[in-house]
Amino acid sequence: MSDLPQSFLAALEELDQLRADALFRLALADRAPIEAVEQLIVPALEAIGRGWDEGRTALSQVYVAGRFCERLVSGVFPAGIEAGGERPRTAIVVLNDYHFLGKRIVSAVLRASGIAVLDYGRMDVDELVSRVAADRLEVLLISVLMLPAALQVGALTAALRARDLPVRVAVGGAPFHFDAELWREVGAHAMGRTAGDAPGIVRALLEEGR
Amino acid sequence: MNSMQRCLAALAHQEPDRVPLFLLATLHGARELGMPIAEYFSAAEHVVEGQLRLFRKYRGDCLYAFFYAAIEAEAWGGSTHFRADGPPACGEPVIGSASLIDRLDPPAIDDAPGLLRVIETIRRLSDFAGDRVPVIGVAISPFSLPVMQMGFAAYLDLIHDDRARFEQLMRVNEEFTVSWANAQLAAGATAICYFDPLSAASVIPPALYRQTGRRVARRTLARITGPTATHLASGRALPIMGDLADTGTLAVGVSALEDLRVLKAAAGDRVALLGNLNGVEMRRWTPVRAEAEVRRAIAGAARGGGFILSDNHGEIPWQVADQVLMAIGDAVERWGRYPLDWIPSAARAG
Ligand code: B12
Repeated sequence: MSDLPQSFLAALEELDQLRADALFRLALADRAPIEAVEQLIVPALEAIGRGWDEGRTALSQVYVAGRFCERLVSGVFPAGIEAGGERPRTAIVVLNDYHFLGKRIVSAVLRASGIAVLDYGRMDVDELVSRVAADRLEVLLISVLMLPAALQVGALTAALRARDLPVRVAVGGAPFHFDAELWREVGAHAMGRTAGDAPGIVRALLEEGR
Repeated sequence: MNSMQRCLAALAHQEPDRVPLFLLATLHGARELGMPIAEYFSAAEHVVEGQLRLFRKYRGDCLYAFFYAAIEAEAWGGSTHFRADGPPACGEPVIGSASLIDRLDPPAIDDAPGLLRVIETIRRLSDFAGDRVPVIGVAISPFSLPVMQMGFAAYLDLIHDDRARFEQLMRVNEEFTVSWANAQLAAGATAICYFDPLSAASVIPPALYRQTGRRVARRTLARITGPTATHLASGRALPIMGDLADTGTLAVGVSALEDLRVLKAAAGDRVALLGNLNGVEMRRWTPVRAEAEVRRAIAGAARGGGFILSDNHGEIPWQVADQVLMAIGDAVERWGRYPLDWIPSAARAG
C-alpha cells in the first residue's frame, strides 16, 4: 500500500473527491489518524502547492484541494486534531488589504494538516501588534495581495521588535512571488511561495522560537 | 513613424522603426498633479492632464484611459477603498448569495458616474491624439469580473459547483462588457485591453479554461467593434497561448514569470506579445538594471515585430521611481531601433 500517498495526490489533482475520500479511509484502517494526515494530506497539499509555483497546477486546484482536505479532516476529527483545548499560539491575518482568498487557502491547508490557527481577519498594524501581545503569539502568518500591503509588513515587524515581542512572522502572497527579496526587506522570518509551504513553515518557526 | 504607425506595424508582425513602448502608468498621473489618488480619479480632467504629462515625460507610445478595476464594480453597486500609496481596491461583494444571479441585470453605462468619467477621459484624450497616438481603453472580462462582484472564493465555488448559474452570470456580464467596451470605442478609444487574469493557467487549469473563459472570450470579443488585446495581468499564458490566439485577440499581455523567448515561439505570428517587465520588482531597480531588463525583453521577443514592450501587469506600481521609468524610455531608444542587429544570432533563431 506504499503508493497510497501517490494515489491520494492523483485523486486530489483530478478533483476526484470520492476516490480521495475512499483512499483516506483506507489509510485510516491501518494508521493512527495523525499518521494518515501526515502521510497523505500534508505531502499531497505540499506537492499541489509546488506544482502551482512551478506553473503545473492552477490556483483553483490548490483552493479546491485545500477546502476538500479541510473537510475530510474535520469529518474524522470533529473536535480538531490537536484536542486538549489550549488556545493556539499561531494566527493568520490579512494586513491592510481587502483580499481574503490567500488567507482562506492557507488556513484550510493548515487545518487539514492538523495545525490549529487563530483567524484575525483583516487588521491594521496597531491593532495587530496589540493582538499579538495579548494572545502571546509564537507565529504570525500574513497574507497580502497588494504591494503597499506587503510593504506595511516592514512597519509591523519594526513595531513588534520595538515592543520586544518574540513572535516569528511568515509572509506570503503575490508581491513576494514577483520580488524574491521583498520578504527579507520587510523583516519577515520566512516566506511561503504557496499555501502548501505553510505547515512546514509553522512547524519550523515554532521549533526555532522554543 | 508616429506611435500609431509603430504600433500597427508591430501588431501586423512587421518590424516598425523601433519597438513600441506601452508605459502603463496610471497612479503616477496623480503624483504629477500633486494630488491624492482618490481626488485624482474623481474627475476626467485630472486623468486627462495626468496622462498627457506622463506621455510627454516618458515618451511612451500610447495614452492609457484605465482608472482602476473596481470602477466597473461600482457600476454594479459596489464600493471602492482608496489608499494614499497604491491602487484602489474593491469593497464588499454586491452578489452576496449565488441565488441573486437569477435576478441580475447588467447596469447601463449611462447610469454609472465612474464609467462616464472614463468615457469623458477617452473623448478628450482622443481629441488630443487624433490618429497619431493610440488611446487604450480597458474592460475587465465577463469571466474575471465576478471576483469583484461576488468574492474570489464564492466565484470559484460557483464555477465548480453550479455551472448553470455560472452560465447565467456570464450571459449578464457579457452584455455589460460588450456595451462598456463599445462605448469606449465610440468615444474614441483605439483598442480595448481585455483584462482576463482568471483565464490564466496560474488561476484555472487549461482544460477548465477551454470550457469557460475561452468560450466567454470568443463570444465577447466577437461583439466588440474594435481591436482587442487580452491581458492576463501577470498570470501565466504559455499553456493556453494557442487558445488565446483563437479568441480573435491581437495581442496577449504576458508575465515576468515566463520566458519571453518561449512565449514568442508559442505565439509565432498568430498573436503579438505585450510585456513583460516586472512591475513589482521595478520598485527596487536602478537605471542600469532597467536598461538590462529592457534589453532582455527586446532580445527575447522583438525580432520580426509582434512585440510591444510594457510592464507585465498593465499598471506600474505607485512605488516605482521616476528615474526608472525615464531609464526604460531611454533604453528603448537605445536598444529598440530595428533591425536590432545587436541581438546575438543564437537568440534570434529562438
Ligand atoms: C486574478 C487577478 C486579478 C483579478 C481578481 C483579483 C482579486 N483577487 O480581487 C482582477 C482582474 C479583478 C484584478 C484586479 C486588480 N489587481 Co490583480 N491580479 C490578479 C492575479 C493574476 C492573481 C491574484 C489572485 O487573487 N490570486 C489568488 C491568491 C490567493 O493568490 P496568492 O495571493 O498569490 O496566494 C497564493 C500563495 O501566494 C500563497 N499565499 C498567500 N498568502 C500566503 C501567506 C502565507 C503565510 C503563506 C505561507 C502562503 C501564502 O497561497 C496562495 C495559494 O498557493 C495577480 C498576479 C499574479 N500572477 O498573482 C494580479 C495582482 C494581484 N493584481 C494586482 C493589482 C494591482 C490589481 C488592481 C489593484 C489593479 C487596479 N489598479 O485596479 C485590481 C484590484 C482588484 C480589486 N479586488 O479591487 C497586483 C498587486 C501587486 C501590486 N502591483 O500592488 C498583482 C500582483 C499583479 C502584479 N504583478 O502587479 N486582479
